[in-house]
Amino acid sequence: MVGSERLSNRLLNIYLPLVFYMVFLLFPFYWMTIVSFKPTNDLFEMEYNPFWIQRFTLENYLYLFQHTAFPEWVKNTLIVSVVSTALSLGCSIFAGYALARLRFPGSNFLGIGIFLAYLVPPTLLFLPLAQVIARLGLYNTYWALILTYPTQLIPFASWLLMGYFRTIPKEIEESAMADGCSRMAILVRIVLPLSVPGLLSAGIFCFTLSWNEFLYALIFMSSGPMKTIPVGVVSDMIKADTLFWGSLMASAVLGSVPIAFLYSFFVKHYVSGLTAGAVKG
Amino acid sequence: MGRSKAELKGGAVTAKGLLERESSLGILLMLPGALLLMVFMAYPFFLGIWLSLTDSGIGRPGQYIGLRNFTDLLDDSIFLQTTRNTFIYALVTVPFKAALGLGLALVLNNRMRFSNPVRAAVMMPWIVPTALSTLGWFMIFDPVFSPLSWLLKHFGLIRQNINFLGDPTLAIVSVMIANIWRGTPFFGVIILAGLQAVPGELLEAAAIDGAGMWKRFLHVTVPHVKGVVLIAGLLSIIWTFADFQLIYVLTKGGPANQTHIFGTYAYQIGLAATEIGMGAAIALYMFPILSVFAFLLLVYLRREE
Repeated sequence: MVGSERLSNRLLNIYLPLVFYMVFLLFPFYWMTIVSFKPTNDLFEMEYNPFWIQRFTLENYLYLFQHTAFPEWVKNTLIVSVVSTALSLGCSIFAGYALARLRFPGSNFLGIGIFLAYLVPPTLLFLPLAQVIARLGLYNTYWALILTYPTQLIPFASWLLMGYFRTIPKEIEESAMADGCSRMAILVRIVLPLSVPGLLSAGIFCFTLSWNEFLYALIFMSSGPMKTIPVGVVSDMIKADTLFWGSLMASAVLGSVPIAFLYSFFVKHYVSGLTAGAVKG
Repeated sequence: MGRSKAELKGGAVTAKGLLERESSLGILLMLPGALLLMVFMAYPFFLGIWLSLTDSGIGRPGQYIGLRNFTDLLDDSIFLQTTRNTFIYALVTVPFKAALGLGLALVLNNRMRFSNPVRAAVMMPWIVPTALSTLGWFMIFDPVFSPLSWLLKHFGLIRQNINFLGDPTLAIVSVMIANIWRGTPFFGVIILAGLQAVPGELLEAAAIDGAGMWKRFLHVTVPHVKGVVLIAGLLSIIWTFADFQLIYVLTKGGPANQTHIFGTYAYQIGLAATEIGMGAAIALYMFPILSVFAFLLLVYLRREE
């Protein structure tokens, strides 16, 4: 009887709450997915159970590729995310290493400055920043996002990498230095190969955030074919009639899938990066 | 924090030019990131302060008008509503996110089958693009196609569909639900990391001493996760306070400008109505409030060190 009591306890304390959480946290995705596979007419059939697919169709997805700029948005998002991730990662490796290992004037001040930059939200800056972008002639160019996204990414990524670099035993670097290695050579040949998990965490963080960014992309990339996925979907897929739901949900699903995939492959790195960031600042 | 003598000596011995001297190399390595942050973060910040003191519009250079934008806003009933909304939005959702996240973490901390895929799945609201997942909520709250309305009607609880986003109060509640949904996994995963750092022996010792589940939770678990909950809470308040996309996608601040928060109202005035100076002033009203939370966070982290 002890066994069954434990089972009912587990049911009550673990599985019941777990079901609640799964339903609450996953239902919107479930809903988006089934709507994206339904023909538009079925949405109006009130006798159909809306929680299931009666007739399966791919027409909403085909529509995206034949009648909208969705493929362009994918290309734009990919280019912007890859380049701004590379740029941010480069800057963050340098800054993280300098903060972790080098003694130089103003290092404390810069460390705090970078931490504070992590807390500056885009909503505080977007209006003046729009003027800066306009004056530099960067409106509707990839550079508008490639150059501004790093301001959101470098602070966290440098902080994360700084923490990571500090865990590498100094003795390794010291002995390399005694052998005549330069600091830069040590960074490239010793520190970076030992920091692959940290680099992955930082890279995934940067890529995800760039892919998901909304406000700057909304303002700096207002021309139709230059939009990123989130902005294009939100501003061009919602129409005045009621027939857009299927393709709207299809575009939302397609725009989310790459990030969901990337994340599930690297879930360990992502979570360790996230918690390292939160715990260490 | 302290660097060993050997390292300092190493720097001095191999000092050859800029790249070898620690002080100059340090500055050189900070330069690319610092430059980007100066041009695209620090400079716009000060430019924003200047703009807020002018009557600038889009493509129209403004005149200096002192604090008029700031004082005018205090007479603007929509701005006052916006301020109320922002505080409610941030201060109500964060405790819910923290509590639900704590529950989620406690559940996930149990040994169970499929724990890895389950952990990956429940993180999704936090991971995927918010603007896109919010479209799911946009349909869930739709006056015609809402599955919630369908369910309630199906069970005979309501006769008419609910217009979730058409009524100001209901709209704010709906937006907050979507926000809680998105933020819960963040708390969950951070608190879970804190829970996993609770030494098992401590819990066992407490159990042997006769402490029940609730007592063990209160006296062993809570002190261990208090710190991470506080950090996550402060970060979440800052982010929620300065949010934009959730409201932009769900209500655009409507109906009748009743659901704006600072970010969306600044966008509406600064870009849609092209009053950049006024918009910059709205955004800057966030600054002192965000500074308080940022300061608390900094003080707490310094103390921990």
